[in-house]
Amino acid sequence: MSVADYIRNSQVWKSVFRHPAPRDRRNRVVVMLTNVFLHLHPVSIRKSGIALSYTWCMGGITFFLFLVETVTGVLLMFYYRPTLEHAYNDILDLRHVATLGILRELHRWGAHAMVISIWLHMYRVFLTGSYKPPREFNWGVGVILLVLTLLLSFTGYLLPWDQLAIWAITVGSNMARATPLLGHEGPGASFLTVGGVSLIHNGSDARYLLLGGRFVGENTLLRFYVLHCVAIPLAAAVLIAVHFWRVRKDGGISGPL
Amino acid sequence: MSDPIPNPAGSPDPAPQKPPESITDKPTAPPPSTATTTAPVAAVPKPAPPKPPVKAAATRRGFIAGLFSWFALGWIAFTGSMGVMSLGSLRFLFLNVLAEPPSKIKVGYPDAYEDGKVVERFKDQNTWIVRFDGKIYALSTTCTHLGCTPNWLEREAKFKCPCHGSGFYITGINFEGPAPRPLERWAVGVGEDGQIVVDKSKKFQQERGEWTNPESFIKV
Repeated sequence: MSVADYIRNSQVWKSVFRHPAPRDRRNRVVVMLTNVFLHLHPVSIRKSGIALSYTWCMGGITFFLFLVETVTGVLLMFYYRPTLEHAYNDILDLRHVATLGILRELHRWGAHAMVISIWLHMYRVFLTGSYKPPREFNWGVGVILLVLTLLLSFTGYLLPWDQLAIWAITVGSNMARATPLLGHEGPGASFLTVGGVSLIHNGSDARYLLLGGRFVGENTLLRFYVLHCVAIPLAAAVLIAVHFWRVRKDGGISGPL
Repeated sequence: MSDPIPNPAGSPDPAPQKPPESITDKPTAPPPSTATTTAPVAAVPKPAPPKPPVKAAATRRGFIAGLFSWFALGWIAFTGSMGVMSLGSLRFLFLNVLAEPPSKIKVGYPDAYEDGKVVERFKDQNTWIVRFDGKIYALSTTCTHLGCTPNWLEREAKFKCPCHGSGFYITGINFEGPAPRPLERWAVGVGEDGQIVVDKSKKFQQERGEWTNPESFIKV
């Protein structure tokens, strides 16, 4: 009995791999179905599904970039403190003092690349008509994922806490003033009054909730940090799983049904 | 698992559905590419028993040629860059700059200290400055039991730890409670400006006989 056979017959090996090596079609299926990560992927796909000229692999590249952002982001969190005192200097230190200062740049470039690859992915899905029934729900999921990615970019934009960041978020969040009903300068807000007292004013509207104040300050930095590092990535991860699952359930990657 | 090949995509499979008994652990047919490298073997008339397929990579030439395929180069580059980034990320986690207080502190001139007095001014920097019996020394404020910070009790002339009751004389020698050994002393010296410099990167332990080291006290 060879060493390889001994290992493959051991209890440890068998407890991890509950099936023989994937040498035949049945076991190739079983490998996919018994692995929590692989099972999100279809057991078999059309040849066109892996043709780069057809899919551009933009969805896969987007997911890869999401993983890159997760890994580099976790590493950056070991250095970055979301406070007025430390935020800007921590970003400078990440670039100039920490070893592998390129990690912070990788995080930023990855974010830009992710937005671009998502647009190309949607463009491809549109050109191949892959938004049509029964895939229209997954197109909707994808649109939410696009919005989450843009929100990740927006919240991450504030964290360096330089003049660019502060004024970009000041300008960007001014849009929330004009939210219908919920923004104090938006349509309908003037109707929400009780006895002549306005319910929606600049201390109670959507922008106030988003910023944690009437202007961009320390509360905003903390809120955007938590949204950027925890809330939005968690929501995106769940929706990515749904997105992949529906790709499989709705007939595989693109192509005619 | 009655259906061995679930195919949710319903994709057209060019291979005809094989009967179930053929779906076993039999070795798969050699890929077409091997036919070129094993041409002499393939030239054997068909009725001959099938020889185990020789993969292209199994020969040395095939292995080296395989290394230079674009596919292999891509994987080597990917694996290499992943390895470099992993090592770099590990190094990234070791801080290059610390915001911790310096280990050397100046505590004033020797003649400012009275004999038999414990100066608690530098307790938040983890040291008591003591002048006693013709020596000035710096005691660590860390209890040798479990690392709490004792208090100097002036009237009882002892250091008393609030956690478990360890007691130390003014010299730092333990005499009551669970502390197993005396308080540690830091290195002290007189700087160029005449001030005492406490160096907390060096410590001297009585039970090792290190308190006789001239660096552990200043003679006055």
